[in-house]
Amino acid sequence: MAAFTVARSSCRLLSGLRTSFRGLAQVKHGAAAASVQQSRLRPDRRWYSAGHPSVRERIEQKREAALVGGGQARIDAQHKRGKLTARERVALLLDPDSFVETDMFVEHRCSDFGMEQDRNKFPGDSVVTGRGRINGRLVYVFSQDFTVFGGSLSGAHAQKICKIMDQAMMVGAPVIGLNDSGGARIQEGVESLAGYADIFLRNVLASGVVPQISLVMGPCAGGAVYSPALTDFTFMVKDTSYLFITGPDVVKSVTNEDVTQEELGGAKTHTTVSGVAHHAFENDVEALLNLREFFNFLPLSNKDPAPIRECHDPSDRLVPSLDHIVPFETTKAYDMLDIIQAIVDERDFFEIMPNYAKNIVVGFARMNGRTVGIVGNQPKVASGCLDINSSVKGARFVRFCDAFNIPIITFVDVPGFLPGTAQEYGGIIRHGAKLLFAFAEATVPKITIITRKAYGGAYDVMSSKHLRGDVNYAWPTAEVAVMGAKGAVQIIFRGKENQAEAEAEYVEKFANPFPAAVRGFVDDIIEPSTTRRKICRDLEVLASKKQVNPWKKHANIPL
Amino acid sequence: MAVHSLSPSLSRLLFAVKYGSFQSRCCTLHSKTQYSTVYNPSEKTFDKILIANRGEIACRVIKTCKKMGIKTVAVHSDVDSSAVHTKMADEAVCVGPAPTNKSYLNMDAIMEAIRATGAQAVHPGYGFLSENKEFAKRLEAEGVAFIGPDTHAIQAMGDKIESKLIAKAANVSTIPGFDGVVKTAEEAVKISQEIGYPVMIKASAGGGGKGMRISWNDEETREGFRFSSQEAASSFGDDRLLIEKYIDNPRHIEIQVLADKHGNALWLNERECSIQRRNQKVVEEAPSTFLDPVTRRAMGEQAVQLAKAVQYSSAGTVEFLVDSKKNFFFLEMNTRLQVEHPITECITGLDLVEQMIRVAKGYQLQHKQEDIPINGWAVESRVYAEDPYKSFGLPSIGRLSQYQEPLNLSNVRVDSGIQEGSDISIYYDPMISKLVTYGATRAEALAKMEDALDNYVIRGVTHNIPLLREIITHPKFISGDISTNFLPEVYPDGFKGHQLEVDKRRELLASAAALYITAQLRSQKVLGDLRVSSTPVECNHWELCVELGEGLHAMEVTKSGNVYTVEVDGGTVEVIGEWNLASPLLPITINGTHRMLQCLSRDASGRIVLQYLGTSFQLRVLSKLAAELNSFMPEKVPEDTSSILRSPMPGTIVSVSVKPGDTVAEGQEICVIEAMKMQNSLTAVKQAKVKSVHCKPGETVGEGDLLVELE
Repeated sequence: MAAFTVARSSCRLLSGLRTSFRGLAQVKHGAAAASVQQSRLRPDRRWYSAGHPSVRERIEQKREAALVGGGQARIDAQHKRGKLTARERVALLLDPDSFVETDMFVEHRCSDFGMEQDRNKFPGDSVVTGRGRINGRLVYVFSQDFTVFGGSLSGAHAQKICKIMDQAMMVGAPVIGLNDSGGARIQEGVESLAGYADIFLRNVLASGVVPQISLVMGPCAGGAVYSPALTDFTFMVKDTSYLFITGPDVVKSVTNEDVTQEELGGAKTHTTVSGVAHHAFENDVEALLNLREFFNFLPLSNKDPAPIRECHDPSDRLVPSLDHIVPFETTKAYDMLDIIQAIVDERDFFEIMPNYAKNIVVGFARMNGRTVGIVGNQPKVASGCLDINSSVKGARFVRFCDAFNIPIITFVDVPGFLPGTAQEYGGIIRHGAKLLFAFAEATVPKITIITRKAYGGAYDVMSSKHLRGDVNYAWPTAEVAVMGAKGAVQIIFRGKENQAEAEAEYVEKFANPFPAAVRGFVDDIIEPSTTRRKICRDLEVLASKKQVNPWKKHANIPL
Repeated sequence: MAVHSLSPSLSRLLFAVKYGSFQSRCCTLHSKTQYSTVYNPSEKTFDKILIANRGEIACRVIKTCKKMGIKTVAVHSDVDSSAVHTKMADEAVCVGPAPTNKSYLNMDAIMEAIRATGAQAVHPGYGFLSENKEFAKRLEAEGVAFIGPDTHAIQAMGDKIESKLIAKAANVSTIPGFDGVVKTAEEAVKISQEIGYPVMIKASAGGGGKGMRISWNDEETREGFRFSSQEAASSFGDDRLLIEKYIDNPRHIEIQVLADKHGNALWLNERECSIQRRNQKVVEEAPSTFLDPVTRRAMGEQAVQLAKAVQYSSAGTVEFLVDSKKNFFFLEMNTRLQVEHPITECITGLDLVEQMIRVAKGYQLQHKQEDIPINGWAVESRVYAEDPYKSFGLPSIGRLSQYQEPLNLSNVRVDSGIQEGSDISIYYDPMISKLVTYGATRAEALAKMEDALDNYVIRGVTHNIPLLREIITHPKFISGDISTNFLPEVYPDGFKGHQLEVDKRRELLASAAALYITAQLRSQKVLGDLRVSSTPVECNHWELCVELGEGLHAMEVTKSGNVYTVEVDGGTVEVIGEWNLASPLLPITINGTHRMLQCLSRDASGRIVLQYLGTSFQLRVLSKLAAELNSFMPEKVPEDTSSILRSPMPGTIVSVSVKPGDTVAEGQEICVIEAMKMQNSLTAVKQAKVKSVHCKPGETVGEGDLLVELE
C-alpha cells in the first residue's frame, strides 16, 4: 500500500517534470524558427556580449548539432545501407511527439588521439536517450547513433544509457535498446570497458524488475553483445544486423574457418541455429512497428498486472473446429498453432522464437483482452518431444511470464524427452531441469490443457498439477501415462505370447484421460470446443491469485 | 475392414453431441429450401440406407433420409473419420485408406459394410460408384436396392458410344461423330481428320469433364489421346476413348428427368450450365435465359423419349449442346443425381433425393408433367478450394481455419460437407460447397448471390470466390450472353481479379485506412492501467499513406464518431462502420452504399488484406512518417523463378520427361503432375539445359515444391 502511494506521488512529480520537459521539447522541435526570432530580439538585450555567441545561441547550436548526429553525409550513408538514423528510429517507435530527450548536451571526455578537438565532439555523443510512450504507455529508450564514431561506446555514451535505466527502474517502466554500434570506443580504453560493465550491471539488476528489450539494428560485436544477451528479448533486423563475440577476421586467424558476417552472426543464424535472438524482421520500419505491437503485450514492471486491452472477441466463444482437430491416429501430427490461434483473442499470437526449437511453441496472446503467455508442444515437429533446445526456450519464456505477472497457458502433447547420445552428452538432464524448475517456481496463474499425449517425466514437467498448476484440463483425446502402449507392453508383459492383446489392454487402461482424472491430477475432462470459454473464466478467478515461494536470496536454477 | 470402433458409451455420447448441432442446421436448410411436396410418413420406404459417397452429397442425402425417418449409414476412408458426413450419419463404417480406389471405390469393403449394418438400400450420390453397373449388379444380387436406375440403363447410357446409338434410335438429335472406340493415337488422328477439326476426345466411361480434351490439329489430337486415356484409366479404370465433332461456342443446357418403374417419366425443366472451365461447370442456373417454351418443351420431350427408351427409372439428366440457333444435340445422359440438382429443386419445389428413394422402393411418381412449375430463378455457384488466378482454377489444399456459410441471409442454400477445421486434401474433389440462391426473378437471385459471396467466410485455403463474383456481375453474364467459351472469351489473358475503377479504388483505400485507424485507437485502450498517459492520446485527424499494388496514395482522414472522412486521390470518401476487430466480416457503408468487406489479415507493420468485391487486395497503411522512412528501406530481391520449376499445386508426379543434362526448348514438357484427378503438364518457360531434377514419378509434392532446376 505504501509503495503504491509513493508510486502515485512520484507519478505526480513526474508529470510536473514532464510539463517542464515538454516546454523544452517544443523549443527543440521548433528550433529553427525560435532561433530566428531570438536573433532578431538579441540587440535589445544588453547582457549578451557582442563578440561571443550568447548562451542561448549556443544552446540552439548544440541542439541543432545534436539533431544531425554525425552530419548529413553520414546520415545519407546510413540510409544507403538501408538503415534509419537513431532519431528516425526513436520517432517511429514512440507515439508522435511523446519523446522526451535527456542528455542532449553530453559530450565525450576523451582527450587522447586528438579526440579533444571540437570537430570530434558531438553533442549527445553516439547515443540518443530519453523516454516516451507507446500507445500511451511509458517506456525508456536508448538508440545508438551509428553516424557518430560508428555508434561506438564511450564513457559518456554508457553514462547516458545508465541514467535512463536507473530512472526506468525507479519508476517502473520498460527499457528498449536500439543497438547499432561498432563496439568499444578504442580511444577511451578502459573507460569504454567500464561503461559496458556499468550497463551490464544495470541489465542484471533490472532483470525481473522492468521488461528489457533489445532490438539489434546494426553491428553489435565483442563485449557489447552481452547487453542484448542479458535483456529479456533480443530482436534483430534481417541482412543489416550482426551479433558476434569475434568477427569473421578473427575467426579466420584463430580457427582458420571461412565464414561471412551473415553466417556467423546474422539474423538467420541467431533465430534458427543459436537461439540468441527471439525474432527477426525484414527491415528497420517493420522491426520498429512490430516492436510497438509487441510492447502492447507487456506490463510496465513487475509491480504491474498484465495489461488488459479492449477485446472484441467474445470470451464465451465456442470453437467447434477444435472438437476434431486431434487426429484419431495417435501417431498422426497436427499443428498446435491451429489450436492456439483458434483459442486466443482474434487469432492474434505473437510467437517468440518461431524458427528455433520448433518442437515447442511459445509466445504472447490475449484472453478476453488480458495478456497471457502460451507454451505448447508442437506435435508437427519431432513429435513435440522435449529436447535440450526446446527445454531452454520454454524455461526462459516461462520465467519471463512469471517475473512479470503474465498468466501461463500450457498446451500439452508430449511423447517424452528425446532419447540419444547427442542429447545425453549435451546435458538434457540439466537443461530439461530448467523447464521443470521454471514451471515449478512460477506463481502466476497456470492453466494446463492436455490435448493428447502426456507421457513420462515430460508430463510432470509440462505445468502439471503436481507443479502447482491452478487448473489442469484434459481433452477426451488425452493420454496420461508413463509411456506409449508399445514400449510399456514390452516391459510389463515381457515374454508374453499375445503382445497385441496386452497392448489393447494397456490402451484401454491408460490411453485415455481417466487415470489422471480419477486421481484429481486433471481437474476436468472438457469438450475441446469449450476450451476458450473455460480459460477466460478461470483467468478472471485467478486474477487475484496470491502465492509466495519461501524466502530465499535467490533460487539456484540448474544453469 | 474396421467397423467404427468406439466404445458404445462414448459413441452414444458423441452422437448426442453432434446430433444436436446438426439438427439445427438441417432445419434451417429445409425451411429455406421450401420443398413444395410434403413428405408422407405413411408411405413406407426403407429402414436404413447406406450412402456410398462422401462430402456434401453424402450430407445432402442424409438430410433427406432424416426427414423421411430413415436411418443412415456413412462409409468413409480413414482420413474422413471425423468428416461431417461421417458424424452426421447414424452409423459410420471405415472402408479403407485415403486413396479413392481403396475406399470409396472399394466395392468389396462397401458390400461388407452393407451386410454388417443391414442397410436395405444404397444411395451412390454422384461420381465414385454412382454409374458403375458392376456395383449395381452386386447390390441386386444381394437383394439390396440401388437408389438409381436399373443396371441396363446405367450400362446403356454409361457408354457414350452405345448411348449415342440409342439416342439416335429414339429420335433424339445427336452430334456427328465416330461411333466406336479409338485404339491408337494414329487412329485418333485419322478419325479426327475425317470428322473435321475441331474434335472432342473423351473417355467413353467418363463424365464431369475428366478425360476430356478438345483438339484443333493432329498434334493436339496425339497429345489429347495420351492424356485422356491416362486420365480415363485413373479416374474410371477404363481407358476407352471416342471422338466426335466439337461444336464451337455452344451452350451446355441439360434437362432433369425423373422416371419411375412403371413407365412414367417427367422432365423437370432445364439447367443452364454453360459457364465452365476446362469442361467443368462453375456457375449454373435454372431456368436458362436462352430457352423459349417451345424449345424447352422439345428438349424435355426428347429427354423423356430417351429415358423411356432405356426404361429409365429414378432421377437422371440428359445433357444437350445448344448452338446459337437453338439447335440442340444430345451429348450424354447422366444416370445419377447431378451436382447441380439443387437449382432444379428450388424452381420446382421437388426434393429429388426423396423422389429417388420413393422410386427405388417402387412407388409411382406423384406428379404429372403439368404439375411441374418454374417458380422463380435459382443460381448455383460451385465454391472450390482452388486458385482462380491459375488457369481459372488449380486445386489448393489446406485446413479451413475459419469457415462461415452465409446462412444468415434469406433465400440462400449451402450444400456442403465440410466445416470449420476440416481439411481439404489432395485425395478428393476440392469442392468446398454449392452455394445456391434464388428469387422471384433472375436479377433477385443474382443480387442475392452477390451478397452471399461477400458474406461467405473461407480462410486457410485459396478459393474461387473472386472468380465467381466476377462472373455473376459481368455484363455479358447478366444479359445472358454466355457460352461454354465464356471464361476464355471474357478473360483471354487469364483471370486477374476485379479491376478497380478510380472511385472503387478510392473506396477500398478509405476502408483500409479506417480499419487501420480503428485498430490503432484500440491499441490505446488498455483497461485498468493507472499509468497510461493522462494527456489524451485520442486524436481525430491522421495523415496516412496507403500502398496498393505499385501505387502509393497519400490521404488525410478525419474521424467524428464512427464516421471517417477520407480525402484521397482528389476525392472524398465517407466510411461509416461499427468495427469489430475480431470479426472476419466488415459491414460498412461507403459513401452511402452498404458493402460487406472481409479482412483476410492485418499485421503490425500496416499490411492489410481486404476482400472487396470478391477479390482480395493487399494494402499497406503507414503513417506519413513511416511511409517517408520506408522509402529508405531496400527492396529485397526475390529469387529468379525463370530457371526453376516449382509445383503450382499439391499433387502426385505422374511422369518426368527430362533428366539432368537434357536441353529443353521453350514450352517443352518437363513433367506431368496429377492433382484431384486432373493431369497437368508443366513446361519449360525458356530454352535451357536441365541442371537438376528434384522429383520422381509417384512422389507426392506440395505447392511451391522445387521440381526441376534449369541452368
